Amino acid sequence: MGCCQPIDKVTAIVEQYKGEKGALIPVLHAVQKELGYLPKDALETIAAGLNIPASEVYGTTTFYTLFSTKEKAENIIRVCESGPCHVSGYQKVLEAIKEELNIEVGEATEDKKFYLEMTACLGVCAEAPAIMINDKTYVNLTPEKVKALLASF
Amino acid sequence: MNYIETDGVKIVLRNFGKIDPLKVEEYVARGGYESLKKALTAMTPEAVIEEVKASGLRGRGGAGFPTGLKWSFTKKDADQKYIVCNADEGEPGTAKDRLIMTGDPHGLIEGMAIAGYAIGATKGFIYCRGEYTTSINTLNHAINQARENGFLGENLFGTDFTFNLEVRSGAGAYVCGEETALIESIEGHRGMPRFKPPFPGGAGLWGKPTVVNNVETLANVPVILDKGADWYKSIGTEKSAGTKIFILCGNLRNTGALELPFGMTVREVMETYGGGLLTGRDLQMVHLGGAASGIMPPALIDTPLTYEDLQAVGQGLGSGVILAIDDQKDFMSYICSNTHFFEHESCGKCTPCREGTARINEILHRIAAGDGTLEDLDNLKDLGEMMQISALCGLGQAAPTPVLTSLEHFMDKYVEAVSGKKNEVNEEAVATEAIHKSYYEAAPIKLD
Ligand SMILES: Cc1cc2nc3c(=O)[nH]c(=O)nc-3n(C[C@H](O)[C@H](O)[C@H](O)COP(=O)(O)O)c2cc1C
Ligand code: SF4
Ligand code: FES
Repeated sequence: MGCCQPIDKVTAIVEQYKGEKGALIPVLHAVQKELGYLPKDALETIAAGLNIPASEVYGTTTFYTLFSTKEKAENIIRVCESGPCHVSGYQKVLEAIKEELNIEVGEATEDKKFYLEMTACLGVCAEAPAIMINDKTYVNLTPEKVKALLASF
Repeated sequence: MNYIETDGVKIVLRNFGKIDPLKVEEYVARGGYESLKKALTAMTPEAVIEEVKASGLRGRGGAGFPTGLKWSFTKKDADQKYIVCNADEGEPGTAKDRLIMTGDPHGLIEGMAIAGYAIGATKGFIYCRGEYTTSINTLNHAINQARENGFLGENLFGTDFTFNLEVRSGAGAYVCGEETALIESIEGHRGMPRFKPPFPGGAGLWGKPTVVNNVETLANVPVILDKGADWYKSIGTEKSAGTKIFILCGNLRNTGALELPFGMTVREVMETYGGGLLTGRDLQMVHLGGAASGIMPPALIDTPLTYEDLQAVGQGLGSGVILAIDDQKDFMSYICSNTHFFEHESCGKCTPCREGTARINEILHRIAAGDGTLEDLDNLKDLGEMMQISALCGLGQAAPTPVLTSLEHFMDKYVEAVSGKKNEVNEEAVATEAIHKSYYEAAPIKLD
């Protein structure tokens, strides 16, 4: 992982945003992008750097579902469970993913390659059912298609 | 996202598919930024507000509040004001703002600059949901281009008006679509709604007067200035002027987003553009307007899609979602998935919503598990009505709408679920509940 310790990278990100109004959420996004998640020492570094109480940094972080304080896996799968995906049959897609990866919702595969969770609407409801893997959205899924998709990772 | 082409007039999607959204010169070649120039060089801020008022434009974020009126309520004298674009697009079923942001980002930027001029804001924020990575990248690219070409920045078109724009990414919280929660989130806090008053127009972002408008609302503005309020008012109906993007989804042959003048009926849109239901299926219900709007029975689908006609039958246009649900889908499991959503998204700040969403969800899942009673139905109604009058923000006030409207129109299904076939387990709803349980267990791990 390059030249520096992860925590130095966090410090560098904080420096970049310091002084900007409402910097906390952009910093959390940037740090999570760098480290994959938001470990405790990163949150403490952010709190000290932005001069915000650590309790507030933690409270804000855990309020938002896109932020994670635990290491999940290399790839995060989010299955949409909102109304349009519900009536278009997300359940079968979810079953196929669980079967293929042999995990339940809220679990990672043993090799830490995939983590599975649910999400609300992804904004592609006319092409339901939909899932997101990392920052890409996949639509019009069927059990067969989703299995092929997973195999491509 | 599927886009359905229509023959009619296009306003917010006028450039969709006709230009390369990443090239500002293509937007300019189609008359882009002319309205901003006109506003800055030939109109006073008051005249811009009057034009928008006269056009009849109403907010497309769900509440339908008259846009010009909202602008005119902004506190006049302040050292700093803000215009904020609500691009959180969290209402399940809504897939329209991303079409504008990815298909014609300069249309939104121009609308924001005009709005900024009208209310006296020199700075704007676009709060875009975090999942929309393509929209965020496209907007940032377009903002840079606009700046390089003199459409954003200082002394625009040789005037003393300065306007800058910044994109902020949300992080996955439906409640952040509520305008004061959105403001809290931009400030870097948990997205919890504020008590109103003060309204954002008086004291919003960092305590400064702030106008929050939806993407689609703002994207209408350049066209209103270009073609005039009278032209705009001639489209749609008297009380619902202009066009609206509708999202056809669910169990239809064709699904997609499309821009139509207000006034077609739900049935006409579903049949003309949605191609109707699959052969051999009947319509069970339409969930119209988004997860927080009413459930419409087949008997009401000849209602025109306008603010006034829908209101008259106890329904709402919401964000423009038309979710068709056929008779093969299980009623109770659909309702349960909806109440689960609101329980999960309630921010927990006020008791009526925090407890109300949880109890409603619990009662419905109990009914689905075959353990419901007639008394549960009364309790659902009481709880829902209590939330409508006492919840702090629109989330808690609107969350019971699908339950209350479906109790009104589908009482037979509820009665069947709690009596007669009592103790009959609804397998589908129970399976959904199992998914929900594991979802909660996936909550963040506490530090130490
Ligand atoms: C829980 C909740 C979620 C909302 N989500 C959105 C949203 O995603 N996008 C939006 O434009 N408005 C949303 N709204 C409405 C906004 O609070 C606000 O009314 C709107 O942004 C005003 O813009 P408009 O007047 O242009 O419609 C939401 C409201 C509530 C109560
Ligand atoms: S109504 Fe719900 S979402 Fe709104 S403030 Fe109360 S608890 Fe939060
Ligand atoms: S409901 Fe699944 S993408 Fe909108």
